[in-house]
Amino acid sequence: MDEVKITVRDFDFYYGTNKVLHAISLDIPKNRVTALIGPSGCGKSTFLRSINRMNDIIPGIRVDGKILVDDVDVYGSGIDVVSLRRRVGMVFQKSNPFPKSIYENVAYGLRINGLRDKRKLDEAVSRSLDRAALLDEVKDRLNASALALSGGQQQRLCIARALAVDPDVLLMDEPASALDPIATQKIEELVFDLKKNYTIVIVTHNMQQAARVSDRTAFFMLGKLVEYDDTRTIFMNPSVKLTEDYITGRFG
Amino acid sequence: MRKFKSNLIVALCGASVLLALVPLAMILFYVISRGFSALNWAFFTQTPKPVGEAGGGMGNAIVGTLILIVIAGVIAIPVGVLSGVHLAEFKGTRFSSMVRFAADVLNGVPSIVIGIFAYAIIVLPLKRFSAIAGGFALAIIVIPVVARTTEELLRLVPGGLKEAALALGATRAKAMFSVILPAALPGILTGILVALARVAGETAPLLFTAFNNRFFSTNVTQPIGSLTVQVFTYALSPYDDWIRQAWAGALVLVTMILILSIIARVATRRLERMARG
Repeated sequence: MDEVKITVRDFDFYYGTNKVLHAISLDIPKNRVTALIGPSGCGKSTFLRSINRMNDIIPGIRVDGKILVDDVDVYGSGIDVVSLRRRVGMVFQKSNPFPKSIYENVAYGLRINGLRDKRKLDEAVSRSLDRAALLDEVKDRLNASALALSGGQQQRLCIARALAVDPDVLLMDEPASALDPIATQKIEELVFDLKKNYTIVIVTHNMQQAARVSDRTAFFMLGKLVEYDDTRTIFMNPSVKLTEDYITGRFG
Repeated sequence: MRKFKSNLIVALCGASVLLALVPLAMILFYVISRGFSALNWAFFTQTPKPVGEAGGGMGNAIVGTLILIVIAGVIAIPVGVLSGVHLAEFKGTRFSSMVRFAADVLNGVPSIVIGIFAYAIIVLPLKRFSAIAGGFALAIIVIPVVARTTEELLRLVPGGLKEAALALGATRAKAMFSVILPAALPGILTGILVALARVAGETAPLLFTAFNNRFFSTNVTQPIGSLTVQVFTYALSPYDDWIRQAWAGALVLVTMILILSIIARVATRRLERMARG
């Protein structure tokens, strides 16, 4: 088994009194792509957003159990959420570039970290755009508004922006669900490349996508982790009947 | 029959629009036709002449109105915008709904009452009328407008932007001031300028705060002239020359407000275009 990056043990999540995640336990390997699949409302997005504590902004939530990133409990006392989020980056379903220039979007995370050095910023911006496979398309118009980019480019810009702060983990919440097939393919190729340097957890509704890009797959249903195994095993030879029914499209 | 009804309603709508526009057109027509003849260079540069002497101008009142707007802006913009930020950021709390209600009530308070308030808390303790007191009274009128506009516009900013900033390690305050507020800025700016343009035309709250001043003054601790109060005083006078000047003052006032409104529009559009690229 690969080196473990994220360890989850008996993790429960409540919206008010409504329990939406039940005793989730799994190990997410380092430098691999782990896909979270399951029908709408199964809790996969909630789980993803628990890893970098993005759910904290919702009032009335409560958690139990542990999520360890590099053996440190992200819900432990004394954890600085801000520095956690710098190590655990996130890309959202709907691309959400800031209404600023392409350059300023990518530089944002570094600037709020206090980086002022223009040369270092320039370097980090082009490196991040390059890693997100966007540099060639935008290098002549870094000062143009990010909102002028196409949907697929905007999403890759958001990936570049997340990479700029140099995280170890990248959480992706259905990053290609709003994109056309060609843009989707680009994102998938990118995810495949990025796993050399990053641990990636990706939520997807698209079964083929999970099969194409991920090494491990976790199947969620009704707030429970039904099955978690190598992607090949999940898709070819699942051990739980429910998983088989879902991936063969019998429900969902 | 159905067609007739439809036509009737269209005609009624058209007539209503005309009815609404006629007063505006007449106001502009009167102000321009009566005011323009009294306008001359001296009107802008000179101060009022003593009773019985013809000529003179409202230079002091024009500058006074500008100073009052600046004082009102300096007080009301930070307070109003920050209150709006608070309302938008802590929208669910009891305190914020109380503040929201208070702002709406304050917005409906007659301006003369606000003048009395400024008189009680600034003019009385300092024992004199002053530009500060006048600007303060105007600021009180502007604050709730700016606060509510800011709140509404901040709420229109997509939640995804806030999430993106937080996910990059921004604190709540950082996300607000580096991403959300800038995204809403063009609209907020319009709100501020429109509110300031509105109070530029206020008379009642200035009567016993800024009072009036026949002489040229830029001292904010002294009474100061303003176009509105000057027009009010002159228009009630029995002297033909003063009444002519009151029209001219009204024309200048309307023009100033028009210019502010145009600046608001142009600046908003330019900022929006910059953001969109």
